[in-house]
Amino acid sequence: MNRVTRRTFIQVASAAAAGSMVCCTNGKSPWRFFTLEEGRTADAICERLIPADQDPGASQVGVVNFLDIQLVGPYKRFRSSYRQGLNGIDQTSRQMYGQRFTELSAEKQDAVLKELERGGPTGEGWKEISSKDFFTLILGHAMQGYYGDPRHGGNYGRVSWKMVGLPYPPIRGRLHYDLTNHHGGTEALRD
Amino acid sequence: MVMKRVNAVVVGAGAGGGIVAKELAEAGLSVVLLERGKWYTAFDCRKDDLRNQRTSVLGASFGPDDERYRRVFVDPQGHERVVLPSDGVYGNNAACVGGGTASYGAMAWRYMEKDFRMRSTYGTVANSTLDDWPISYADLEPFYEKAEWEIGVSGDDSGNPFRAPRKKPLPMPPLPPGREHAILKPAAQRLGLHPFDIPMLRNSVPYNGRAACMRCRWCVGFACEVDAKNGTQNTVIPKALASGNCELRAECVVKEILTDHRGRAIGVAYFDSQDRLEMQPADLVVASCGATETARLLLNSQSNLFPQGLGNRNDWVGRNLQGHGYAGAFGLFADDVYDDIGPGASIAICDYNHGNPGMVGGGALCNEFIRLPIHFSSMTPPNLPRWGKAHKDFMRQAYRRTAVVMGPAQEMPMFDSRVQVDPRVKDFWGIPVVRLSGSNHPHTVELGKMLSAKADAWLKEAGAVSTWPRPPRVGLSGGQHQAGTCRMGNDPKTSVVNRYCQVHDVDNLFVVDGSVHVNNGGFNPVLTIMAIAYYASAHMVGEWKGTRFRG
Repeated sequence: MNRVTRRTFIQVASAAAAGSMVCCTNGKSPWRFFTLEEGRTADAICERLIPADQDPGASQVGVVNFLDIQLVGPYKRFRSSYRQGLNGIDQTSRQMYGQRFTELSAEKQDAVLKELERGGPTGEGWKEISSKDFFTLILGHAMQGYYGDPRHGGNYGRVSWKMVGLPYPPIRGRLHYDLTNHHGGTEALRD
Repeated sequence: MVMKRVNAVVVGAGAGGGIVAKELAEAGLSVVLLERGKWYTAFDCRKDDLRNQRTSVLGASFGPDDERYRRVFVDPQGHERVVLPSDGVYGNNAACVGGGTASYGAMAWRYMEKDFRMRSTYGTVANSTLDDWPISYADLEPFYEKAEWEIGVSGDDSGNPFRAPRKKPLPMPPLPPGREHAILKPAAQRLGLHPFDIPMLRNSVPYNGRAACMRCRWCVGFACEVDAKNGTQNTVIPKALASGNCELRAECVVKEILTDHRGRAIGVAYFDSQDRLEMQPADLVVASCGATETARLLLNSQSNLFPQGLGNRNDWVGRNLQGHGYAGAFGLFADDVYDDIGPGASIAICDYNHGNPGMVGGGALCNEFIRLPIHFSSMTPPNLPRWGKAHKDFMRQAYRRTAVVMGPAQEMPMFDSRVQVDPRVKDFWGIPVVRLSGSNHPHTVELGKMLSAKADAWLKEAGAVSTWPRPPRVGLSGGQHQAGTCRMGNDPKTSVVNRYCQVHDVDNLFVVDGSVHVNNGGFNPVLTIMAIAYYASAHMVGEWKGTRFRG
């Protein structure tokens, strides 16, 4: 019997969804801050930082959505770091393997990220932000998007909280949500 | 605009200022209490793990905000940069009515007798301004008791043989022990240590008309959803207002303390919630802004008579900035230790606060408040990759099986660890901002390493299958435990205020907050700040007699 696991299904389904999104937007970015290519690169990086296994990885729980929301909010100050870092990682990928980061195998992506983590790559792409600083920045933010509160746009369905065995918190109506400013719980649903 | 003159203006509605306002108002003085932040309620507890006072990556929920506030941070290499409240090195404490007490962990420690006599006990320490206080534990004892009963403390320190003598027990029993407590207590006893229930400014039973703690997992860094955590915002400040003699003005940012041609304080200039510059005249001015902002306020209050700022003739304002670097250990157990019963922290030992061979001072050790997953993601062992499959596996397997024991290493004050005002950078209102520089004393780091080793041994005895250290902080201290910048002393040449918290050369100006601490102890400082506020208020009321501080 051709057994389709839940995980395979989700992977196929999300690939299809991503494909249709590209088609419908004619290459225009679906993101608030990222370009389409930047979003894909950031997604690929985060998925290696927190990869899918028996539990979903960063890509599936919306870590890039979290990053994108924060980059038009409290993380505005990190915009140029992301612009330069996401460009820089492609340059380093090309130098190491002749391809963009998103085109590499998972093993090669990990090798590139390890180079960044130890601050190896210098070169033209890492003039404004060092490769090591960019790695630390996106690692911290990816962890926030994956393990933080879903109200900020990541950790869809509280996937990571279920994974670590944290009981569902009781939801007590509107009391936990600040509807008076942009930090509120409905932000993730607005543009 | 010039407001109606009052007897006292108190700047800052935190642990110190809230108490002073209440004590003066109840004694019949007219009081204006100014606070730069808002007055939040229990409904403002958002339980947002990325936006709170402990994890402020997306902002500090109880202020200050990233839009209007900034500081300059100078690193040990001399590189300086402008930092925002959500940056760690800003050294933030909350900006709201209640100050840090609205969202703190609420440990309620009395310092020990030796903490007031560090130099007499240990002698001098190289490169440190370690000294004795001009007051003793016995001077503060009645006021510690007053804080415990008026603000409300639960716990039981009768099992702590090292505690300083107390006349009355705590008003509330401890919360029932959780799983970590049950594992750690017999382990400590097997090691010959003396575990006991941490005193906490938290209702374990209904008290003062508010309910008991409901044991949720969002405590330190958050306001209490059921208002069971006791701060000045839900105890003394409402009492001050109820007296009819106190007006609380929130969202008012004080620019400077004003003085007359004789060098006496005459009031404060502040920006109100519409950013209009106002002047509040007063017979008596009390600065209770926390160790960083009080120093800034005094330094920004310059005039012909005080060209270096108030209280600063001998260049001691802003010096000796202290806080606490926490050090300890993580322990991974074979089975779950997580029980989802807050606040988490409940058991402590004071065996290592003093009497450590070859060392000066020490620190308490406690099990830690509940770690939310985002905290735990950066608490993994040093030999484990910080990312990838191995990190995720560890999160999945270890989250519920890890306990943490740590404590505040007592800091050796450093003259060059300091708050200045920056000559160039200004905040939203055009007021020169704080400039932070300096480092932690090497002996403080040694104390942290000692605490880390003791925590490790405790966790191992409790059955941890593997342990790893939480190393002590090396950089500049401050933050929520900030203290020391307006030292209390008998000699005006080496201190800023006298034994009654009165600025040496301005007798109607008082500093009442952690700034006056000569040493910050090996404990969370808030109960000492509260006790000093009651103590200093008693002096002000006793001296007042209707006109004492009038010009």
